[in-house]
Amino acid sequence: MTHPPKDARGAVRAALARKGGRELWRSLDELAGTPAFEQLLADEFPRQASEPMDAVSRRKFLGLMGASLALGGLSGCIKQPLETIVPYVRPPEQLVPGTPLFFATAATLGGYATGILVESHEGRPTKIEGNPDHPASLGAVDAFTQASILSLYDPDRSQVVTHDAQISTWDALLAELEAALAAAAQDKGARLRLLTGTVTSPTMARQLELFLARFPAARWHQYEPVNRDNSLAGARLAFGEPLSLLPRLDAADVILALDCDFLACGPGHIRATRDFAAKRQPVATGVPGNRLYALESSPSITGAKADHRLPLAPGRIAAFARHLARRLGIAAAGEPPALDEGEARWLDAIATDLTAQGRRGHTAILAGEQLPPAIHALVHAANEALGNFGSTLFAIPAVEHRPENQTESLRQLVTEMMSGTLDTVVVLGGNPVYDAPADLHFAEALSRVKRRFRFGLYEDETSAACQWHGPETHYLESWSDARAFDGTVSLVQPLIAPLYSGRSAHEVLAILGGQAGQSSHDLVKSHWKSQASPPDFEAWWQKALHDGLIRDSAPAQATPKSTLAKLDFPEDPGHGLELLFRADPTIYDGRFANNGWLQELPKPLTKLTWDNAALIAPATARKLGLASEDAVTIELDGRSVRAPVFIVPGHCEGALTLHLGYGRWQGGRSLAGAGFNAYALRSTAAPWNAGGARVGRTGERWELACTQLHQNMKGRDLVRVESPAQGNDHGHHAGGEGHHPSMYPPVPYPGYAWGMAIDLNSCVGCNSCVVACQSENNIPVVGKDQVIRGREMHWIRVDTYHEGPPENPRTYHQPVPCMHCENAPCEVVCPVGATSHSEEGLNDMAYNRCVGTKYCSNNCPYKVRRFNFLQYSDYETPSLKMLANPNVTVRSLGVMEKCTFCVQRINAGRIKAEKEDRRVTDGEIVSACQAACPAQAIVFGDVNDPASRVSRLKAQQRNYSLLEELNAKPRTTYLSTLLNPNPALTKG
Amino acid sequence: MTQTNPASERAAETHDIVGSGHTFGSVTDKISSIVQTTRTPKAWYVGFTISFAFLMLLMVSVAWLFVRGIGIWGINIPVGWGVDIVNFVWWIGIGHAGTLISAILLLMRQQWRTSINRFAEAMTLFAVSCAGLYPILHLGRPEYFYWLLPYPSTMGIWPQFRSPLMWDVFAVSTYATVSALFWFVGLIPDFATLRDRATSTTGQVIYGILAMGWRGSARHWRRYEQAYLLLAALATPLVVSVHTIVSFDFAVSVIPGWHTTIFPPYFVAGAIFAGFAMVLTIMLPLRAAYGLEDFVTLRHIRNMCYVLLASGLIVAYGYLMEVFFAWYSGNHYEAHVILNRFYGPYAWLYWALILTNIVIPQLLWFSRVRQNLLVVWLVAMSVNIGMWLERFVIIVISLHQDFLPSSWGMYTPTFWDWSTFFGTIGLFCSLLFLFLRFLPMISIFEMRELVHHVEDEAH
Repeated sequence: MTHPPKDARGAVRAALARKGGRELWRSLDELAGTPAFEQLLADEFPRQASEPMDAVSRRKFLGLMGASLALGGLSGCIKQPLETIVPYVRPPEQLVPGTPLFFATAATLGGYATGILVESHEGRPTKIEGNPDHPASLGAVDAFTQASILSLYDPDRSQVVTHDAQISTWDALLAELEAALAAAAQDKGARLRLLTGTVTSPTMARQLELFLARFPAARWHQYEPVNRDNSLAGARLAFGEPLSLLPRLDAADVILALDCDFLACGPGHIRATRDFAAKRQPVATGVPGNRLYALESSPSITGAKADHRLPLAPGRIAAFARHLARRLGIAAAGEPPALDEGEARWLDAIATDLTAQGRRGHTAILAGEQLPPAIHALVHAANEALGNFGSTLFAIPAVEHRPENQTESLRQLVTEMMSGTLDTVVVLGGNPVYDAPADLHFAEALSRVKRRFRFGLYEDETSAACQWHGPETHYLESWSDARAFDGTVSLVQPLIAPLYSGRSAHEVLAILGGQAGQSSHDLVKSHWKSQASPPDFEAWWQKALHDGLIRDSAPAQATPKSTLAKLDFPEDPGHGLELLFRADPTIYDGRFANNGWLQELPKPLTKLTWDNAALIAPATARKLGLASEDAVTIELDGRSVRAPVFIVPGHCEGALTLHLGYGRWQGGRSLAGAGFNAYALRSTAAPWNAGGARVGRTGERWELACTQLHQNMKGRDLVRVESPAQGNDHGHHAGGEGHHPSMYPPVPYPGYAWGMAIDLNSCVGCNSCVVACQSENNIPVVGKDQVIRGREMHWIRVDTYHEGPPENPRTYHQPVPCMHCENAPCEVVCPVGATSHSEEGLNDMAYNRCVGTKYCSNNCPYKVRRFNFLQYSDYETPSLKMLANPNVTVRSLGVMEKCTFCVQRINAGRIKAEKEDRRVTDGEIVSACQAACPAQAIVFGDVNDPASRVSRLKAQQRNYSLLEELNAKPRTTYLSTLLNPNPALTKG
Repeated sequence: MTQTNPASERAAETHDIVGSGHTFGSVTDKISSIVQTTRTPKAWYVGFTISFAFLMLLMVSVAWLFVRGIGIWGINIPVGWGVDIVNFVWWIGIGHAGTLISAILLLMRQQWRTSINRFAEAMTLFAVSCAGLYPILHLGRPEYFYWLLPYPSTMGIWPQFRSPLMWDVFAVSTYATVSALFWFVGLIPDFATLRDRATSTTGQVIYGILAMGWRGSARHWRRYEQAYLLLAALATPLVVSVHTIVSFDFAVSVIPGWHTTIFPPYFVAGAIFAGFAMVLTIMLPLRAAYGLEDFVTLRHIRNMCYVLLASGLIVAYGYLMEVFFAWYSGNHYEAHVILNRFYGPYAWLYWALILTNIVIPQLLWFSRVRQNLLVVWLVAMSVNIGMWLERFVIIVISLHQDFLPSSWGMYTPTFWDWSTFFGTIGLFCSLLFLFLRFLPMISIFEMRELVHHVEDEAH
């Protein structure tokens, strides 16, 4: 150390004086390097100063901080940073701190849009609601769309450009891409290929056309693993063009679903649920307004809702469809294989019912995507014969841009890639390395391409197989547009600036199409400006954004006329064991595999979380000597996977259902180790149903996290069922509250008295409410091991009960939130009074007061309370902090929690009403589960108001309390479910 | 120290409550020598070391519990209480024998209690200490345990007095306080004896302070007898109240299997059963190890076997009534509880309970069994296990399948559940070893009285 100048402080002070006060903070950095500053440090903190200067230790940091504080005092108190900060003097229009704003936009799944409203708190989106104006939503949303907000904040999302797994920059990527395009321009793109998913976006369609015009020899391929190849091919067979048929189920008296899970799958399933539930309401005679027959191979929520359900192997369903078509006089049905006695009885009953007096035009036959094109064509002809076109089924031209057979499209791409002639492949979205049919060997083919670019939300399996990966924006971060199942266009507007360095698919396509540099906003807006639009475009644009859809943008209805030539029916693959590949009910095709909400969402019927399983019928399992949770190897065409077995009552015999989307190996933390990869067995020839599989026992166990271990009501009066044919199934007629004696006078509720009614007749068990609640109430995800321990945190659960023979039981769903009992057993046992009754009848939880005795949960007959056994809420991850609803406490370790009836929404509604000096009107306060319910099965409101919807429902005969005999007086009550059986099938 | 003398053999034959041939001096010498020896037996070191190791396991388990939260245990929804509360009730039950023996038998003038009461009281205190840990440890947020106490909070918030857990706080803390006082008061004359006999200054000072100036004057003795009797009268209702209130934790709830009016007497009987079993379990080895055959005679053991048998039959009656009422009430849920105990996934525990708590103790009907101390010890051990199983059956089997089949679950204790349990056994045994080493395990002055009485009778 050199000798110190006599007055180091004086020297620094002098230096600072020269700089002037305003530059003080910037000059500190510069000062830090000067000998004078170092000397000052040495004087002030002699020991620290002798440390080497290169490592920034905590001591040194503290030293610097201390010194800077001391220096700060030298030339006056300057507390504000120099950078421009903007006070809230003129806030953005409409924005009131603490009051959320809602913006209309649209979410897409498989290309099809659902209109949504996104709740935004001071610029950060927190919750997704349905858009009541949008035809695919009508105010409801499904679980996928609800959970997509978690994907926005997913810390595992791709954040940077990578080149060979090394962090790179957009500039580098674009330079490389431009170079590739320049090279491709030499031969008009003959060695350039683009792969995307299904495209319905008009803007993107135009961009694709521009790209193809720029590179005439290039090709655009599309592939979705869960695609509509069969139904489009079926429409081509029947009508000569790829028409989409839109069901209007609120007009259908009789519905026959042929392996068609229309309540859960496919574009427009939210709308189908709404229409179905509306029609399901009892008519004057107390019978549901419709009757549903379901023939299905794998149990689905549609089958659970059916009045008559028959489990059949896919080949038998096809045969049944052909027999039915023959009955309806369709010659093209040919000579189908014979039906057995039971099937024939069903055929008789259904054919008679469909063609009964007055049914013409009031029925609908729906064919599932898994059925071969020929069956789809037959079903079209059958619907036509039944007069359903124009009344229950409406045809429109396919909504997709350039609909094509996607499996074929991918096969062509792979063939070209394999030949090694391709120079550049751009993969926009999708994840083909993971989800392409196994027989294509996509990954190997891709590796033979010289330049591989990938743009996606996650750095997943496909990204790993490409040299360049560019992060894509989430749909809540970017501009776009998309069509709904009926063709209605929605504008997609961003709710937040991109969290990371993502670029939208439009911006990437702009580069490919020669529009580089344009933002997605400009691209979308200019596209619509170029369309024939009204004179005041700006006003039109604003209105379209505000509404979340472009009015009258649906295509005109076609008038289909089927002309069936001779149809080729595929051979029944029903030899040996059949594999049924289905989209997963919670993580779909694998794109949501890293979404904790969806991973932990109990799958309808099986209640499995964090895994898929080989679902199998009890009889088949017995035959093969298998039990649930046995690990087996499933072999098909020389490929095999290791999978857990799970026995599902009502599954068709001789088949295994494998859900797609699991067994991923790259792209996030949540997906690691979850399930097995069913794509590894899937082939282009048999994407949905494949025969000839073999199952081998391994002798090992695969532990599964199932949230409901018992699906038998044990003779208890839990789900009440009324059936006109048999009277009440449980011999206990629903309706009327029992009167139990009490030693205490009744508690008066002079103001509001909040209550809920859940119509089990409407509920289809779709899980939308569960995710809506999770999103609204900041409910944490706990992980597979904790679910196995029985510690899942959902405030509302959907209980599933089976009744009857295990080969084909009746299945019921029952959503169970907190009952908000008036005589709540939980309240009296809490030693610290952390759970107590509000004067409006809510059973409130004071998290801050809870010490965690768990006595309340033990004493809850409904077991709806949830406990933070560990620190489940994520207090650390920065991006997840933005996700939380600011009006709901994020709970800590060791406290009890449960459904609050969305008390934050009640308070907001009450405050609003009080400010306006009025009572809360009916329907003004809507709980999150109610808002999301596509079937409108959940109704919340003031039971003090006899005119409220909830009061009117509770006044119905069908109303009953769960475990009424305990006299807990639950405020949540249920309406019994109704059946409308066909007498011809119930006899014998 | 383990030498036997002819007197003890005679005692065994005659079922006396004290071996003959003892004088005041020999009693004092015998009992105080255990404490005042300068050569601590090797076996003591071995036992204390093992106990202390388990105590350290408890410390580790509790530390990890505080760091991670109670999720390290196996509890879940629906089984919100598991091995933690099982252990709580088990320890509380064990803690019953002391006060019962001291207070109730004192009031009933059962002189045979004298040689076992001091020891049983100490055991009570240590068991209650172990039990008292659990209500705090089982909290999700143990740092706020004091919210259960009615302290003058600045927020004006009181505990919720309708909750049985609240009653537990009062019942258990009162019981612990009175038991400690009773024990301490009973020790005062013996502290004075030890003070007078102590050879080291440290011993003189410590025992001197504890003796609180006892000089053995007639006035001292008079006041002492009054105080002791009063305390005994005070403690007597507590014997009944503590376990009654602990049983309210369950009986007051709505859960089938818990919601039962028979619980208070059935729990009290169970506690006496458990307490006496534990006294026997520990007394028999100590009697052998320290050569106390003259003081803890076969008559004592026989009497304790009688109590064990009687309270065991009350407990058996309780089990029987549970089954009867499940059938007689016609309540679907109650019936399911019993069927689930018989045939459910935890059925083997229920049948093990019936075996250990009801079948095996019936051996005590036979006098030859009662004289075979090894068999008596094994029967007592069986009851210890059985009473633990009983609490497991009541708590876990009732919770894991209650009203809605959809919410039924299973409960599997984790390593930390067991480590906490065995840790509390370590705590219990460590305290016990310290007690044996530093305090007279048999009341010296009461034994002297007894010798006096016996001599009177003999003359």
